[in-house]
Amino acid sequence: MQAIAEIDPLAAPHARPHGAARETHDGAGTFWRKYVFSTDHKVIGIQYAITGLCFLFFGFLLMTMMRWQIAKPGEPIPIFGPLLQAVLGDTAAKGIMSPDLYNSFGAMHGTIMVFLAIVPLAFGAFANLIVPLQIGAPDMAFPRVNMASYQAYFVGGVIMLASFIIPGGAAQAGWTSYPPLATVVATDGQTYWIIGMVFLITSSLLGAVNVIATVIQLRAPGLHWFRLPFFVWAQFVTAFLLLLAFPPLESAAVMQLMDKVAHTSFFLPAGLAVAGPDGHVSGGGNPLLWQHLFWFLAHPEVYVLILPAMGIVCEIVANNTRKPVWGYKSLVYALLILGFLSFIVWAHHMYLTGMGTKISTFFQTTTIIISIPSVIILTCLFLSLWGGSIRFNTPMLFALGFLPMFGIGGLTGLPLGFATSDIHLHDTYYVIGHFHYVVAPGTIFALFAGIYYWFPKFTGRMMNEFWGKVHFWLSLIFMNLIFQPMLFQGMAGMLRRMADGGANYSAARVPDAVGGLSNYIMQMNTMISYAVWMLGLAQVPFILNFFYSMWKGPKAPSDNPWQATTLEWQTPTPPPHGNFLTAPAVFRGPYEYSVPGHAQDFTPQNQPDRPATT
Amino acid sequence: MHAAMEIPYVSTPRPDTGLYNAKIGIWLFLASEVMLFGGLFSAYILLRVGAPDGTWPEGWLNIPVGTTNTVVLITSSITTVMAWASCKMKQFGRFKLFHGLTLLLAMTFVGIKSYEYHDKFTHYEAKLNDQLVLADGKTVFGNLVANTNGVVLFSVSTGQPGEYEATPAKYAQAQVAKIVPGQIVDGHLVERAADHITLSGHTVAEHAELMNMRSAAARHIQHSEITLVPAQLRSIETYGPWHNTYLAIYFTLTGLHALHVLGGALVIGYLWGPGSKLWQTDPERFTNRVEISGLFWHFVDLVWIFLFPVLYLL
Repeated sequence: MQAIAEIDPLAAPHARPHGAARETHDGAGTFWRKYVFSTDHKVIGIQYAITGLCFLFFGFLLMTMMRWQIAKPGEPIPIFGPLLQAVLGDTAAKGIMSPDLYNSFGAMHGTIMVFLAIVPLAFGAFANLIVPLQIGAPDMAFPRVNMASYQAYFVGGVIMLASFIIPGGAAQAGWTSYPPLATVVATDGQTYWIIGMVFLITSSLLGAVNVIATVIQLRAPGLHWFRLPFFVWAQFVTAFLLLLAFPPLESAAVMQLMDKVAHTSFFLPAGLAVAGPDGHVSGGGNPLLWQHLFWFLAHPEVYVLILPAMGIVCEIVANNTRKPVWGYKSLVYALLILGFLSFIVWAHHMYLTGMGTKISTFFQTTTIIISIPSVIILTCLFLSLWGGSIRFNTPMLFALGFLPMFGIGGLTGLPLGFATSDIHLHDTYYVIGHFHYVVAPGTIFALFAGIYYWFPKFTGRMMNEFWGKVHFWLSLIFMNLIFQPMLFQGMAGMLRRMADGGANYSAARVPDAVGGLSNYIMQMNTMISYAVWMLGLAQVPFILNFFYSMWKGPKAPSDNPWQATTLEWQTPTPPPHGNFLTAPAVFRGPYEYSVPGHAQDFTPQNQPDRPATT
Repeated sequence: MHAAMEIPYVSTPRPDTGLYNAKIGIWLFLASEVMLFGGLFSAYILLRVGAPDGTWPEGWLNIPVGTTNTVVLITSSITTVMAWASCKMKQFGRFKLFHGLTLLLAMTFVGIKSYEYHDKFTHYEAKLNDQLVLADGKTVFGNLVANTNGVVLFSVSTGQPGEYEATPAKYAQAQVAKIVPGQIVDGHLVERAADHITLSGHTVAEHAELMNMRSAAARHIQHSEITLVPAQLRSIETYGPWHNTYLAIYFTLTGLHALHVLGGALVIGYLWGPGSKLWQTDPERFTNRVEISGLFWHFVDLVWIFLFPVLYLL
C-alpha cells in the first residue's frame, strides 16, 4: 500500500496560517508600516512592480509625443501640446515640441525605460516576488536592505522626474550621456541625471547583494543548485551582472559630476572650445574613457534586461507544455557563459570611435561568440515545445510571442556585431529597431507573461483570459508594425536622434542629394507613429483587466491554479508574512511534469518520493 | 501548529557554505566596491598613459605625510582585528579599547588628509601678464600682441585678472624701454586682499617647469614672499581638482576613499557606542557585526595601500 498519498493541491488548498495574529504582528499594524515601509519581500516586490509599471507608462507617453514630432515635424501636438506648454513653458511654445525638448524626451525615454521601468520590473519586482518563494525561503536574506533598495530607486526616480521641470529641462545628451556634449550643455538637467543615476545604481547594488545572498543561503533543504528553477538561475546571474557592471558606471558618473560641478576635465580633451559659463577646461581628458566605462555597464545591462525575461518564459513554457524543459543543464551552463561573456563585449558599441581595428576585431570576436549561448537558450526553449500538449492561455501566448520576437532581435544584432557592416548601420533607426525587438516585444512580452502567470499567486484571483488574448494579439501586431519598418529606415540610412524625423535629409527636400531618404521611407514615419498610438490603445484592455481582476476577477480555483511544480505554488494564496506554513523540503527537480507512473501530470518539488516499501 | 518561518542563518553559519548571511552580503558588497574603485583606477591609468610628455606631474604630494597616513591606517586595521578577537574571547573591555583606538586612528587619518587638502587649496599658480616698461619709467601690464615694424601693440590690463581693454594700445618702439614676458608665480598663500595677493613661492618661466617637483633642481628652489597686484595677473588658480587631470583624479580617488573612511568610522562608532548594547543580549551576533565592519575596514585600508604608491610615489 502506498504510505504517502500524492499531494493534490486542487483538493487540498493550503490553509490560512493559524498564527494570523502573528502575521499582523510581523506586518506591524499601521498602513505606513505595512505598505510603505514594509520589509516583506512581497510588498517590496509589489512596490517595485507598481512604480515600474508607472514609469513604463510614462516612458511610453514621452515616446507617443516624440512620434508626433517625427511624423509631423513642427506641428502642434494635439491634446498634450497645450499641457506641455503649461508645464514646461517656452520649450513647448504653442504646443510645438522644440528640438531641445525632443532631445530631452529622447534621453529620458531611454533612461526611464531602461533604469526606471524594465530593470525594476524584471529584477526588482520579479526577483523580489518570486525568488524567495521558489527557493522555499521565508523572505530575502536582508529585509531592511531590501526596503532601502526600493527607497533608493524611488528617490532616483523622483530626481529624474524633477529634472523635467527645472529651468532648462531634463538631460539632453541621450541615455548614453556622451561627453563632451553631456558636460558642456549649460543647463542642470545632466547634473540631475547623474545624481539620479547614483541612487538607481545604489538601489541595484543593494538588490543584487540581496538576491545573491538569498539564493546562496536560504535555499530550502534538498534544493541543490541543479534543482533550482531556471528563473532563479536567471535572476542569480542577473544579480551578478548588476553587482559587478554597475559600479564602473558609478565611477564614471562621479567623474562626469566632477566635470560638471568641479570643472575637472576627465572627459574633456585639451583644446576643446567650450562656450560654458567660465570656459575653463584644463584639458588632458579623454571622451572615450566615458564610453568605455558607460558600455562596460550598459552592455551587461542588456543581459540584465533579457535574462529575467528568459527565466520567466522558461517557467511558463515548462508549465504550459506539461513537460520538462528541454536541456535544463544546457540552459544553465549557457546562462553562466552568457553572464561571463557579457563583460567582454562592450566595445562593439564603439566601432566608429576610432579606437582602432585591432580592438574592434577582439570585440567583434567576443560579440559573435556570445551569440552561441544565446542561441542555445532560445533553442532549448523552442525544443521544449516539441511534442508538448500546449495550453494556449494568455501567459503562454506572451511567452510564445517572446521566442520569435527575441529571435528577430538577436539576429538583427549580428550585422551590428560585425565592425564592417556596423559602419553603415551605426546610429541609424536599424539600431533602434534591433534593440527594441529585444526589449519591447522581447522583454516586455515576457514581463506581461509573468504578470498574467503569477497574478493569481498574489491576488488570489485570475485575470480575464479573453481580454488577455486581445491584449496579446494587438500588442504583437503593433509592436511589429512599429519596429520592423525601423529596420528598413535604418538600412536606407535614416539616422536616429533627429528632431525632424529625417525631413532635412529627405529626397523631397533636396531632390538631387545622393542617398536622400525616399518618400517611401519618409512615409513610414507616419505609419509607425500611428502604430505607436494604437499600441498605446492596445494596453487599455491590460490596464482595465489588471485592476478589475484584482478586486472582481474570478477566484483562483486553488493555491496552484496552473498546476505547477515549483515551490511558490505550494504556499497559501496570497503567501503570508514568512511565506510557508512549514519549512518546505525539496525532493526533486523543478520541472517534473508528466512523469510516467504518477497520478497527476505534475509533481511538486516538495513532494516526497514514494517509500521503497510496498 | 506552526509559527511563520524565520530567516535562517542570521548569525549561525549555513553548514554547506560555512557562512552566515551577512558575511556573504559584505563580500558581495566589497566585490562591487572593487569594481567601483577599479573604474577609477582604470581612468587613472588611461589618463596617465594618454598624457603628453611632461604634462603629468611628479612629486606634487608630500611623501612623509602620506607615509604617516599609511601607517595610521595599517595600525587601525590591526586594532580592528584585535577588537574582533577580543569579542571572540569574550573580553568586552578590550573590545572597547581597541575599537576606540580604531576610531581615533580613523579620525587621525581624516585629519591628516584634510591638512593635505588644505595645502592644495592654498597653493596657487599665478600666470602673470607681460610687462611693458616704458622709456619714461612707467610700467604697463597686459598682453603683448605684436612687435613689428617699430610698433608695439599691447593689450592693457583693466586692473582685473585676465581682463583687458577692448582695443590694444600702440606704442612706438622708441617709447618702450623693456618688454618682460609673462612668468608664472607658484606658491602658497600668505595673504590675500582686494588689491593684492602675497604668495610664498618662486617664479618660473614655463608651466612645464612645475611638473617635476622630484628633480634635483626642484629640491633647491628658494622660496620667497612675492606680492602681486590684480593688474599683473593673467590668471590665478589653486591646486584644486580643476587644475589638471592629475589633481582631478587625485581628489576624486582620495575623496571617495575619505567618504569610505568616514562611513566606516560611522559604523564602527555605532558599534562602539549605542550599538554595543547588543553584546548584552546576543554576543554572537554582535561579534559578527564587528567582523563585518572589520572586513569593510580592511577593504578601505587596502584601497589606500593602492592609492598611496599610485598617487604619491609613481
